[in-house]
Amino acid sequence: MHLRTALCAASALALVASTAYAETITIATVNNGDMIRMQGYTDDFTAKTGHTVEWVTLEENVLRQRVTTDITTKGGAFDIMTIGMYETPIWGKNGWLVPLDGLSAEYDVDDILPAMRNGLSHDGTLYAAPFYGESSMVMYRTDLMEKAGLEMPKAPTWDFIREAAIAMTDRDNEINGVCLRGKAGWGEGGAFITVTGNSFGARWFDEDWKAQFDQPEWANALNFFVDLMNEAGPPGYATNGFNENLSLFQQGKCGMWIDATVAASFVTNPNDSTVADKVGFALAPDNGLGKRSNWLWAWALAIPAGTQKADAAKQFIEWATSKEYIELVAAKEGWANVPPGARTSLYANPEYQKVPFAQMTLDSINAADPNNPTVKPVPYVGIQFVAIPEFAGIATEVSQEFSAAYAGQQTVEEALAKAQALTTDAMEAAGY
Amino acid sequence: MARAVTSQRKTINTVIAWGVGLLIFFPILWTILTSFKTEAQAINDPPLFLFFDWTLENYSVVQERSDYMRFLWNSVIIAGGSTILGTIIAVPAAWSMAFVPSKRTKDILLWMLSTKMLPAVGVLYPIYLLFIQLGLLDTRIGLVIVLMLINLPIIVWMLYTYFKEIPGEILEAARMDGAGLRDEILYVLTPMAVPGIASTILLNLILAWNEAFWTLNLTAANAGPLTAFIASYSSPEGLFFAKLSAASTMAIAPILILGWFSQKQLVRGLTFGAVK
Repeated sequence: MHLRTALCAASALALVASTAYAETITIATVNNGDMIRMQGYTDDFTAKTGHTVEWVTLEENVLRQRVTTDITTKGGAFDIMTIGMYETPIWGKNGWLVPLDGLSAEYDVDDILPAMRNGLSHDGTLYAAPFYGESSMVMYRTDLMEKAGLEMPKAPTWDFIREAAIAMTDRDNEINGVCLRGKAGWGEGGAFITVTGNSFGARWFDEDWKAQFDQPEWANALNFFVDLMNEAGPPGYATNGFNENLSLFQQGKCGMWIDATVAASFVTNPNDSTVADKVGFALAPDNGLGKRSNWLWAWALAIPAGTQKADAAKQFIEWATSKEYIELVAAKEGWANVPPGARTSLYANPEYQKVPFAQMTLDSINAADPNNPTVKPVPYVGIQFVAIPEFAGIATEVSQEFSAAYAGQQTVEEALAKAQALTTDAMEAAGY
Repeated sequence: MARAVTSQRKTINTVIAWGVGLLIFFPILWTILTSFKTEAQAINDPPLFLFFDWTLENYSVVQERSDYMRFLWNSVIIAGGSTILGTIIAVPAAWSMAFVPSKRTKDILLWMLSTKMLPAVGVLYPIYLLFIQLGLLDTRIGLVIVLMLINLPIIVWMLYTYFKEIPGEILEAARMDGAGLRDEILYVLTPMAVPGIASTILLNLILAWNEAFWTLNLTAANAGPLTAFIASYSSPEGLFFAKLSAASTMAIAPILILGWFSQKQLVRGLTFGAVK
């Protein structure tokens, strides 16, 4: 009798305690497949912790502006923010994020891919946990490659890409040899031309933070890109970004597409892609200088310093970026749908190794080094970006100049001269 | 002397009017059509106009993923509240400017309009900080106030223009009959300016409903209206045009229906005083 009473009392106390500590956390996130999928599994988190979750889903650029406003003013509108590799080290350095230390042993923080962990840390402290990571790689049509009498190497060069692109181009049947980003925007065409430049030995700044667009490496990279796209790219490529190229590739109008590894799941999905069973993968091309043109990116979860619910937020991050979450998604929706590019153990899993693009994604991520992005030494961290606050503004303007050159509104030389001038002005104004 | 309009000319004018009308409406029509396609059909080249397998799948996905009614209710409160509050303030202001103008009336009108010339993002941080201090962040009342202030110059200007068309002698006559200021505005001026006031309310309701800068930047999980609902379906990495179109159609449907039923009032109000 006494035992039963004690048990009842203990249960009641536990219930009261869990209710008392139950919080509602607000999470700002982007609208992409993996994030939307996570929203569907929130009940699992609530069942385990008692905390409930409110989602604010926004388009990437809107989200970036929204969370930047909130974190710089310590508004406290969000308890968790979805941010990328560009923001994390800068915001961590400014003290705007709660350090992710003291994570539980079960979480196994050492299992996070080293490239991701480094990119999301400042001075060795992790400030955001990667939900999924990506690099870039070549996706190509195996049937068109065969028809062209060529074989895609695992690690192609830009010269091979050009040769294959010209051979695969069939203007009468609206097949373009290669589809690449030309759209203005630092995260769109700006990211692509930066990594292309890396493989040609170009860099944004020298060790003294002097702009380098007047150097021959940039002229070589940009001229190569423009010539390649004029010969084998789709018409109007200057306005094509990820979605436009995805649409072209899914409709069978691209021989090759070099873009984010996350695109692999889209182009191999038979519900959306007309070429789902004819897609092969290869590493992003190089130019024989020892650097490949692939980037590194992660969408990660971070806790803003202004939140009052840091403990509940940390619990959510542990749940969402854990091995258990990956297993939960795999059990419900299959291994091809788990968030990729974040954990080492995922790539050691024999089931995941059967996914056609798994190994190539890991190889691409491992081939990216944010601390040594290009051939010559640089004073900055970042592959397709430079992790300084001024970069987003400068790179947006530079990419606009480049897009104008792609559209034939100015020459490559004019675009580079303008890029050099505006970058120099902005960096001087910023005190570099 | 009025010119006789030939039937041939009438026909041409009608055809041109329909052509221009359809051209303006086409993006909305295309959005509605896309909302009934699959994602693959939405990006098909050549584009599919009417002959595709119509599906309601996007609407069911959107319904399942988002609490549409919460966003809709927020839109109704924010757009309706800001318009009503703005009209209550603007009617006396416009009355005073139209019927008892001072030396500075024209300057005040221009100054009010000048607030519309500043890009909204220029005052984002001050307003955001103010909202934090006042506890108005992510609240409907905060957005009602901001949208009212944003649209107030337009409301005052429109009402001022309508009121100027009303002969001042009628108001004088009311005053001579013993009407006070309140009675004059409520029972004499307002009934005469109903078409103008109605079109002002409708236009501002549409402006507030579609406002997408402040409603996205000052809300989070609680007060987000339908603009936030649409924004949640836009993605730079992934083709979700059909779902985005379904969300857009659901967001514009209420205001489209309202506009359809009140179009006569709207046109009458907008052309009020246009032809003398």
